[in-house]
Amino acid sequence: MATGTVRVLLFARYAELLGRNEIAVATVVPTTVREIVRRVRTECTGGAAIPERPLAAVNLHHSSLDAAVADGDEVALLPPLAGGRGDG
Amino acid sequence: MDRLIRDVASPECGGTCVFLGTVRSGAEDGPVTGIEYSGYEAMLEAELGRIAAEVGDRWPGARVALQHRLGLVATGEASVGIAVAAPHRAVAFDACRYVIEAVKQRAPVWKREHRADGTTVWVDPAGHPAAAGPA
Repeated sequence: MATGTVRVLLFARYAELLGRNEIAVATVVPTTVREIVRRVRTECTGGAAIPERPLAAVNLHHSSLDAAVADGDEVALLPPLAGGRGDG
Repeated sequence: MDRLIRDVASPECGGTCVFLGTVRSGAEDGPVTGIEYSGYEAMLEAELGRIAAEVGDRWPGARVALQHRLGLVATGEASVGIAVAAPHRAVAFDACRYVIEAVKQRAPVWKREHRADGTTVWVDPAGHPAAAGPA
C-alpha cells in the first residue's frame, strides 16, 4: 500500500473559514477527491464548515468527487463560483 | 480592451464582437463601491486557455482574446473583457456569447463586495451575500 502527500488548496470563503489557504494531506494513494474532502472536513479546525460535496479541481481541472488523486496532486476546494446571475 | 481587439484583428475577419463585464453599483442592501475578485490564478489561466481553444475548434477561423481582472475593481470598471473576431458577424456573436457563458460557469473566481459603509461581503452565484467577511 503506497502513501503520499496531496496538496489541498482553499480559496475565498473556505480559506477564510479555515484560516489557511493550503493543507498538506498525507494519505494512502491513489485516493479520491471525496476522501480528501472527508479528511479536511474531519481533521482541520473549521473544516466542518466546508460542504460534504464541494466543487473541486484536480491539477487545474474541474473534477468530480470520484476523481482519482495521486501522490503529489493538487486538489482545490472551490466555493461556488462567482458566475453572476446571467444578467451581468 | 483596445489591446484585446488588436490581438484578434486579422485581414480575414470581417466582424469583431466585444463583451465587457462591468461592476454594478446596485445591491439589495446597500450601494457597492467595488468588487474584489480573487481567483485560483493558475487554474484561471488554464481554464481561459481551454475556453479559447474550444472556440477555435467549434468555429474555425474565429480568433478570441480574453482577460479577467483580479483584485479590487471599482464600480463602473470592467472586470472581464472578451474580443472575438471572425470572418462573418454571426460567428463573432455566437462565439463571444459562448465565451462569456463559459467564463461564468467555469472560471475559478470569487467576488467580495465592498460596501459604502466599509463592510465586505462574499457574493454567491445568485448575487446574494453568502457570508459576512471582515471589513
